[in-house]
Amino acid sequence: MAVEQLSLILLILSPFVGSVVAAFLPATARNSEAIFAGAIALINLGIAIWLGPSVRDGGVVRMEAPWIPLLGLDFVLRLDGLAWAFVCLISGIGLLVTIYARYYMSPQDPVPRFFSFLLGFMGAMLGVVVSGNLIQIVFFWELTSLFSFLLIGYWHHSQSARTGARRALLTTGAGGLCLFAGMLVLGQIVGSYDLDVVLFSGEVIAASPLYPAALILILLGALTKSAQFPFHFWLPGAMSAPTPVSAYLHSATMVKAGVFLLARLWPAMADHDLWFYILAPIGAITLLMGAALALFQQDLKGLLAYSTISHLGLITLLLALNSKTAAVAAVFHIMNHAVFKASLFMAAGIIDHEAGTRDIRRLGGLAKAMPITAALAMVAAAAMAGVPLMNGFLSKEMFFAETVETHVQGSFLDSLLPYVATLAGLFSVAYSLRLIDQVFFGPKATDLPKKPHDPVIWMLLPVGCLVLICLLVGLFPGPVIGEFLETAVRGMLLGEKPYYSLAIWHGVNTALIMSVVAMIGGIIAYVALRDWLSGDFEGARMPGRLALRKRVERAQTALGRAWARSEVWLGLSHLQPQLRWIVCVAILTIAWPFLFRSWAIQPGAAEQPDTALLFVWLIGGACAIGAAYQAKYHRLAALIMTGGAGLAVCITFAWLSAPDLALTQVLVEVVTTVLLLLGLRWLPKRKEDIREAADLNAKRRRAADAVIACLGGVGLAALSYAVMTAPTNPDGIARWLLTYAYSEGGGRNVVNVILVDFRGFDTLGEITVLGIVALSVYALLRRFRPAVESVQAPTQKTFQDKYDAQRHESHADDRQIDAHYLLTPGLIMRLLFPLIAMMAMFLFLRGHDLPGGGFVAGLTFAVAFLLQYMAGGARWVEERLTILPTLWIGGGLLMALGTGAAAWIWDLPFLSTYFSYKELPVVGKIPVASALIFDFGVFTLVTGATVLILVALAHQAVRWQRMTGKGEKIALEEDR
Amino acid sequence: MILTLLNLSLTVSKLFLAMAMMAAGYRLIVGPRAQDRVAAMDAFYLNGLLLLIVFGISTANAFYFEIALAIGLLGFVSTVALAKFLLRGEVIE
Repeated sequence: MAVEQLSLILLILSPFVGSVVAAFLPATARNSEAIFAGAIALINLGIAIWLGPSVRDGGVVRMEAPWIPLLGLDFVLRLDGLAWAFVCLISGIGLLVTIYARYYMSPQDPVPRFFSFLLGFMGAMLGVVVSGNLIQIVFFWELTSLFSFLLIGYWHHSQSARTGARRALLTTGAGGLCLFAGMLVLGQIVGSYDLDVVLFSGEVIAASPLYPAALILILLGALTKSAQFPFHFWLPGAMSAPTPVSAYLHSATMVKAGVFLLARLWPAMADHDLWFYILAPIGAITLLMGAALALFQQDLKGLLAYSTISHLGLITLLLALNSKTAAVAAVFHIMNHAVFKASLFMAAGIIDHEAGTRDIRRLGGLAKAMPITAALAMVAAAAMAGVPLMNGFLSKEMFFAETVETHVQGSFLDSLLPYVATLAGLFSVAYSLRLIDQVFFGPKATDLPKKPHDPVIWMLLPVGCLVLICLLVGLFPGPVIGEFLETAVRGMLLGEKPYYSLAIWHGVNTALIMSVVAMIGGIIAYVALRDWLSGDFEGARMPGRLALRKRVERAQTALGRAWARSEVWLGLSHLQPQLRWIVCVAILTIAWPFLFRSWAIQPGAAEQPDTALLFVWLIGGACAIGAAYQAKYHRLAALIMTGGAGLAVCITFAWLSAPDLALTQVLVEVVTTVLLLLGLRWLPKRKEDIREAADLNAKRRRAADAVIACLGGVGLAALSYAVMTAPTNPDGIARWLLTYAYSEGGGRNVVNVILVDFRGFDTLGEITVLGIVALSVYALLRRFRPAVESVQAPTQKTFQDKYDAQRHESHADDRQIDAHYLLTPGLIMRLLFPLIAMMAMFLFLRGHDLPGGGFVAGLTFAVAFLLQYMAGGARWVEERLTILPTLWIGGGLLMALGTGAAAWIWDLPFLSTYFSYKELPVVGKIPVASALIFDFGVFTLVTGATVLILVALAHQAVRWQRMTGKGEKIALEEDR
Repeated sequence: MILTLLNLSLTVSKLFLAMAMMAAGYRLIVGPRAQDRVAAMDAFYLNGLLLLIVFGISTANAFYFEIALAIGLLGFVSTVALAKFLLRGEVIE
């Protein structure tokens, strides 16, 4: 793999790794967090700059790793000019934002969380732009939604932050799901999810009857993300986020993902009338509406949010026009907007930080108090308004020029566009002017919560950098931005470059006249409205009918209420109805195809069973029914009967030639019985009168449950019978496994070969789950608080102890007295330890060829430990034996994983196995299989998990005995 | 002749063991005391083990013996646990 590909991997990996690392830095480490996050952004920026030459002339850097090639799903990183420009933007502004955030966040804020989320977001955003696979884009897309949710809700003690975060997640997340569907449709049309193939299939896509479906779904994703009308409502709500987040997400990255996607798919999808007719009106409405509403905001950040909506509408409109020069203008404006809006957000944050409020009505005359901030904000606002010699002017002129040109012949909308554009320009001049005039000039504000002054230089530096870029691009567009823009344009248009000019002065043309009109009109509009705007009204929103926000919220509330009602109605707040529903649905699902789809399994002739076996089944069945019947009223009896049923099952397995299953069954039976008994100690005592107290309702419920249980049991039995007696398919998987178990897996025990070789990946998953379960049981039990009545020593014990104390007064130590019980069995149990351990080894070692294997061996070994605990008590065992079950679990998992990963050394897929025969002195020729090491991992993990659960349960008794029996005050946590 | 005798004795012992299991199963289900149930379960396990051995003899399949070995070595653990529970109120002290 070339260095370029490796650097791409580093680019995508470093933010995520950094996110994990940042989360674990100490809570007060603001400096190191910021330096760390900044370093990651800097590395990415460095990579981007270094990769620049490779993508300059329409070149593409591509990295592929096969994942599921059968489904056309590969992990593809693809960097072209457009993606490269975005990477520069994301990491460059990311760097500035981290510096800014260091001084913005207060020492009370938990900064590790902030920087961790920020880096995670950066990674997700980089993932969206450099992904070379449609599905992969959607994955990272949803990841950005999630991280933005976490970032907007960073101050989760504030109600508005929570609401804003939830609204943003719901809108963009739902849009992401639509996008996923759209990408699937698009993949279907093209026949590949690979971006390179899709981008060059423009004609196929446009001709396809599925085009409208794909387009609408994809646009739903892009438009929600970019806060386009009517989905714009989440963006103003997201302003409750810390300002660095707004500066990053709502200027340069998150909202730009939508327009990025439109630009990305532009060569593939733009060549269709529908593209224009859907996107252009939405873009135009958003442009105009956002600009108009921005003027009427009282919150500084609210103004910027609506202005962002408006500018994104402008970009959408440009992309809608399906002209290459318009696309150039769109890309250029994406860059310009990111730069000036990020700096304005930062400036707004500084004002909020230093003056204590963001309300435009309360602010005023700040230019004297904070001159540098004022100067910087003024330049940025001028860029936003499109004043000449600023970067915003250039892209706005391009936009105006594009609207004048005819794109769709005879369309009313197309001829309307110049007027819409001029009006929106007028508004944007007006609100920019208002921002500057009412915040920095006018009468000096007197009732500010803080005394405003310029912040530290480090907080101004990021703003200064961005404003400098605004100016440089505006003054010398050719040398400063020319090459950058050309790279992005070539990337977007697949190597093409239409003619465009970056000159500041194009002579007197229509666009310039429009600009002049907008400028003068904006100033007049602001002066006319100034006094009224400072009046007493809150920030304007969309008029009632058009506000989708309210409808969405109403639907959300209604859904929440309906859900709560259905919970009551279906009785889901209790365990029993929940279980009843689950079982009923399961029965129905299985019965469905047989009842309504005329499915049938033809049962063949069954072998005549032995008469003795019939008796065993009879008892087993009776035991099972008895256990179910007694389960509620007499747990111990139910437990014993379950044991009886278990043995019947074991004998059946043995008779049906499944020795592996029979062995496992016996061991599982033993271990579960002991586990349940250990738990039974902490459950309330049996109440014998409960049965009589049952009223009619309870009886009816029990009868209904009995019917359900019978249906389920009989159905399952019938199904198993039918499946087991059905004639085997000669081409089925069973035959394949039997044929290849030895030649491919090197074992004669097919069951074991399946477990550790053919389906080794499943086994790996299962043992992972087992380990997690054991650790959770352990963790939960550390905080276990038993009911008051079960804290006391059991009745039997107190009774016996009292009697013993009278008889053996000399033995005051209770450990000695304990030793008096089960003396002979106890000794035998202790002596059995090596024997059982040997049997475990035996089962393990021969497992690959004969019945046995890691799982059974692990259980056996665990039983050996269990016996010691039962014979001597927890203290006795732990004085003599150090068992570290957690190490067993971890070691086992690592061993299994390591065996799997070792295959990579020989360039084989994960978990490939190896086997051969080796000569050993004395023993002779023995089979050696790598699966054996894997199986050893299974063995260790199963032993560790079982012992850990048992020990955790057993320790409860010791702990509570210590606390209550001797009246000692021992901390609860100190149980080991 | 010997074969017939063997077959006969195998059939008879299977039948007898099954009957013993039935008897143990009755106590297991009906009780009435918990001690009866535990003792019955032990008897049930023991008879099951013997039945497996008889199966092993009649089919000449060695795997039956191994399962019988497992039951013999480990089957008593649940009995001990139950006994300890009844005697002391908790399994591990």
